Amino acid sequence: MTIEIAPTSATVPVLVDERGRTPHGLWGVAATFFRRQPVGAIGLVLVLIFGLAGIFAEWVAPYNPTSNDFAAMTEAPSWAHWLGTDQLGRDLLSRILYGARTAFIVGMTSALVGGFSGLVIGVASAYFGGRLDLWLQRVLDIVMAFPLIIMALAVVSIFGTGIQNVIVAITIPLIPRCARIVRSSALAIREVPYVDAARALGYGHTRIIMRHMVPNVMGPFLVIITAFVGQAILAEAALSYLGLGVQEPVPAWGLMLQGGAEEYASTAPWIAIFPGLAIMLTVFGINLFGDALRDILDPKLRER
Amino acid sequence: MYRYIISRILLVFPTLIGAAALVFLLMRLVPGDICLVRLGSGGTSFTQASLATCHAEIGIDRPWILQFLDFLWGLARLDFGKSMWSGKPVIVEIATRFPISLEVAVMATVIAVVIAIPLGTISALKQNTWVDLLVRTFSIAGLATPAFWLGIVSILIVLDVTQAVFGHPWMPPIDYVPLWQDPIRNLSIVMLPALTIGYRYAAVSMRMTRSAMLEVLREDYIRTARAKGLIRRLIINRHALKNALLPVVTVIGIEFAFLIGGLVVTEQVFNLNGIGRLMVLSVQNQDYTLTQALVMVVVTIAVLSNLVVDLLYAWLDPRIRLA
Repeated sequence: MTIEIAPTSATVPVLVDERGRTPHGLWGVAATFFRRQPVGAIGLVLVLIFGLAGIFAEWVAPYNPTSNDFAAMTEAPSWAHWLGTDQLGRDLLSRILYGARTAFIVGMTSALVGGFSGLVIGVASAYFGGRLDLWLQRVLDIVMAFPLIIMALAVVSIFGTGIQNVIVAITIPLIPRCARIVRSSALAIREVPYVDAARALGYGHTRIIMRHMVPNVMGPFLVIITAFVGQAILAEAALSYLGLGVQEPVPAWGLMLQGGAEEYASTAPWIAIFPGLAIMLTVFGINLFGDALRDILDPKLRER
Repeated sequence: MYRYIISRILLVFPTLIGAAALVFLLMRLVPGDICLVRLGSGGTSFTQASLATCHAEIGIDRPWILQFLDFLWGLARLDFGKSMWSGKPVIVEIATRFPISLEVAVMATVIAVVIAIPLGTISALKQNTWVDLLVRTFSIAGLATPAFWLGIVSILIVLDVTQAVFGHPWMPPIDYVPLWQDPIRNLSIVMLPALTIGYRYAAVSMRMTRSAMLEVLREDYIRTARAKGLIRRLIINRHALKNALLPVVTVIGIEFAFLIGGLVVTEQVFNLNGIGRLMVLSVQNQDYTLTQALVMVVVTIAVLSNLVVDLLYAWLDPRIRLA
């Protein structure tokens, strides 16, 4: 006789409409999300605008982001150059659109790799407990003592600059931060009777972890991943601004604020303003969306 | 109580030693020979003998474990070796730049607390009104704004405003003078960076104050106080705020360590000669001795501020020290 234990519990993500119905299909979910979380929806729209701009930069951008035009240096915003040009005559709008690609590549990769590594460590640490948990927690404590940007700087100082190294540098400090939160949710799940039941039925570790533990920490996990994307984009911008991140000629928002932006700040303020605005709006959108996601996934917070 | 304090203080050492081990390992991952980088970067030719001298000087020719113990012993005596770039002792390089960074950090903390606690409280009391929405937008924007960009924009604004008001643009001076020598000059240097960093810091603390306050306001003892007929201000100040501030203290303490991270970028924008800028220079110059020392300094500050938070927490909340 086999007994199937449903791998669900109260913490599984739920999005319900006004009448308490669960929406079906992508459009149904989207429509309900927009009605229930209008502020989060604004965030999602912002993220989608920049995300799509990054993906389709080749088609949307009016100019080549790396081609100099010395006849049109530090030009103010006009019909020809909507956001003006920089000190080398490059079109700012095009550079910002291509910069979105760099930001999202670094942001998403770091958040996903860091998040999933953290998920594995966090769940394993909570599930197996004992000495492994103790040691892992000590190690995580140590890594967590390094502020994100400091750890990233240390990694960059060793492996050098460039987009791959920046991703590594930002991913490493994100791992313990995710593991810590996942572990605390997973610890609560481990004590739930159905995990005991699954163990009593002789299910293997892999099955219990994959079917019973992981789905139940998905809520907080998704919220962290979202926050990570924003943090990673900010960290990449900071590193690139310091000249220790993405290198020319790759268009990156932080890089656009380096050098020229400060020098030309008073005569051509658009060079300094627009790339920063792009960073701010993107991360702002991600944060709004993340807050809405947390409200949906964590019913306890819904009243706040 | 004492038991808790002592065990908590003792916990600092394994963390610091672990962090030192991590820094030590990271710096040994540097591809290639540090001495080759060091000798080669001067642009002069070098001999096998000078390479060997360099190896012996850094102690790189000895077993790893001995090198690590040396490193630890050096840390304990605050002897971080010599900067590979300037040749001066690292501790001197750091000590000359530390006061300005500390001043900016402390000032940013003060700004953050002064902004965050009242705004967070008001936001919670006026939950779901336009005031609340405004405060929340202000705080989410604070989390999204890159500090260096805020710095650039604030310099831009100062330039434009002074141009319009005085007829000539004014920039904050960059050569640091201590507060007690020339308070006005000192503040004009430190104010903008502190505000720039303080904004993000305030945003985090504001969110925490708001959610902690909301939680406390739902507690039974608040209802009791209200039923007793206590006046509103007394309930908020004495009963609610006092308890809501516990998690806020935690956030302020933890963020203080991460403030140093913010300094790295902000000092660059404002041309402040603090430890954040020194860190960037050391990475750019591949000055590994300086980098590892600075990372250790920052980590120590982080670990110690965590310790202070925990002890403060135990003092404020009897449930912890008695548990």
